[in-house]
Amino acid sequence: MSRPAPRTGRNRRPFKPIGRYALRVGAVAAALGLWQLLTVLDVDLWLRFSQFPTVTDVADAFADRLSGADYWRDLTDSLTRIVTGFLLAAVLGVAVGVLVARSRPAEDLLGPLLEMVRPIPAIALVPVAILLFPSNEQGIVFITFTAAFFPVLVSTRHSVRALIPVWEEAVLTMGGGRWHILGSVVLPGALPGIFGGLSVGIGVSWICVISAEMISGQYGVGYRTWQDYTIVYYPGVFVGMVTIGALGWLTSTAVELVGRRLTRWLPRTSYIPAARPTTPRTPAHARRAPAAVRTAQPSDTEEARDEHLV
Amino acid sequence: MSTSSETKPELRTVDRAPSSPRGTRLTLHATTLGRPHAPVLADVDLDIARGEILTVVGPSGCGKSTLLRSLAGLLPPLAGEIDQDGHRLAGPSAERALIFQEDALLPWRTLRANVELPLAIRRVPRSRRRVEAEEWLTRVGLADHASQLPHRVSGGQRQRAQLARALAGHPRAVLMDEPFGALDAQTRAGMQDLLVEVLRGTGATVVFVTHDVDEALFLGDRVALLGAGRLLAVRDVPHPRERTAHDDAARVALRRDVLTSLGT
Repeated sequence: MSRPAPRTGRNRRPFKPIGRYALRVGAVAAALGLWQLLTVLDVDLWLRFSQFPTVTDVADAFADRLSGADYWRDLTDSLTRIVTGFLLAAVLGVAVGVLVARSRPAEDLLGPLLEMVRPIPAIALVPVAILLFPSNEQGIVFITFTAAFFPVLVSTRHSVRALIPVWEEAVLTMGGGRWHILGSVVLPGALPGIFGGLSVGIGVSWICVISAEMISGQYGVGYRTWQDYTIVYYPGVFVGMVTIGALGWLTSTAVELVGRRLTRWLPRTSYIPAARPTTPRTPAHARRAPAAVRTAQPSDTEEARDEHLV
Repeated sequence: MSTSSETKPELRTVDRAPSSPRGTRLTLHATTLGRPHAPVLADVDLDIARGEILTVVGPSGCGKSTLLRSLAGLLPPLAGEIDQDGHRLAGPSAERALIFQEDALLPWRTLRANVELPLAIRRVPRSRRRVEAEEWLTRVGLADHASQLPHRVSGGQRQRAQLARALAGHPRAVLMDEPFGALDAQTRAGMQDLLVEVLRGTGATVVFVTHDVDEALFLGDRVALLGAGRLLAVRDVPHPRERTAHDDAARVALRRDVLTSLGT
């Protein structure tokens, strides 16, 4: 009576995996080709590419940087800042989110404060960071932390509140106390939503760490990029941008992978974007309507949340 | 799902259970039940004997689930008193397990891990937990699905796993909230037989809520009728848990009575 292993979305899509990778690589190559063409030909049609560095200029600058020590120092500094700030935000965001969602006194005590601070863009806190912290380094970590903290907090709070009460009632009638409920119902149940917040958080963190480095950094990818801009070394600016893009992609993929691993229990379809509107789900037998509704829910709410926060 | 062959290990486990008086007596004294400021049932006086199966029927929205949640200790009575063996109920406890209509298994735990949960809460050592969980899953015919996640098995299998999970904690009362309500008729009959089979020997008191009169009359020693915000009547059922007694004259008469008083 067990259901057959569910087909992954991949098999139902028109392209085979190898074809899809070719398509992805091709798209990037085409974009680079267009860039090269526009800049080599110094195209000036309202958009002006005459001052724009070519792809090869950027590649040369990149190769130069890679062989120097500063590049790696910048990289590790930026990564250290973001990882520290983000981890702090993840731990505190989840803790405060659960607290606010589960305890009325905590909600009354912290709720208004958090709602007041939340709309302030983290990067606008630079003056506060400068006043508060003895070193620039701590200030940057603080700003990175603040950036990721609120998305994590808000999504944790929402997903804890959205937990179905039946799970908690079941654990209560097994004789479980509040720690059992926290450990076996609240945290695992809220995990899909929490990871929604973490994904948004890591993105916002990058924006803020780079901006903070531009304003007050010493070393760091953002600092270097701004330095190159002030000395009008455009290929260097582009190297910085490419680096930021690659690091951002790397870290958000890491968050995504950890999230998928920890929420493997979720019915598969929630991770296949194409399965939402177009393709009907195939093995619908043995699955009743309520289960299907709940299945679709996490991705929907997460989507709404992301829109709200970015 | 051949469960009859698994009856023997069941008896062994049950005898091993430390607290020998298995069932429990639940008494409601002039209780008003419901959420604060929203009473659903008033003036409920009910004495549920140790080890009996009491079924509760009534139209939907009549307060069947409220009654059950109150007995579980999740909803304190708004007035009156609920006693377990003469002691006032103070909140939910492992002595009174609750089985829900559906989807109460934790979806991130395998069936085995779900059944292990009440054992973990009771601080049963890890290795024992696993053995006991496997035993219960075998008893409800799910030995082959122990490592499946709940959404990978059928609705009937999920309900069997819920039953195993509830009984694994050795409760003295099992409160069931339309546990087979979402199942098709055939699965349902099979589940009723399984329930009777598995309960035999546990001695647990059972309160079984259903909107299906035939189910109520098959399972219950007594049947309680709810309606219009009150407990209408409690009737003894002739020949409970005998499939052949379906056409028994006394049973037919009772069935007619029940249907009449429920106004259908």
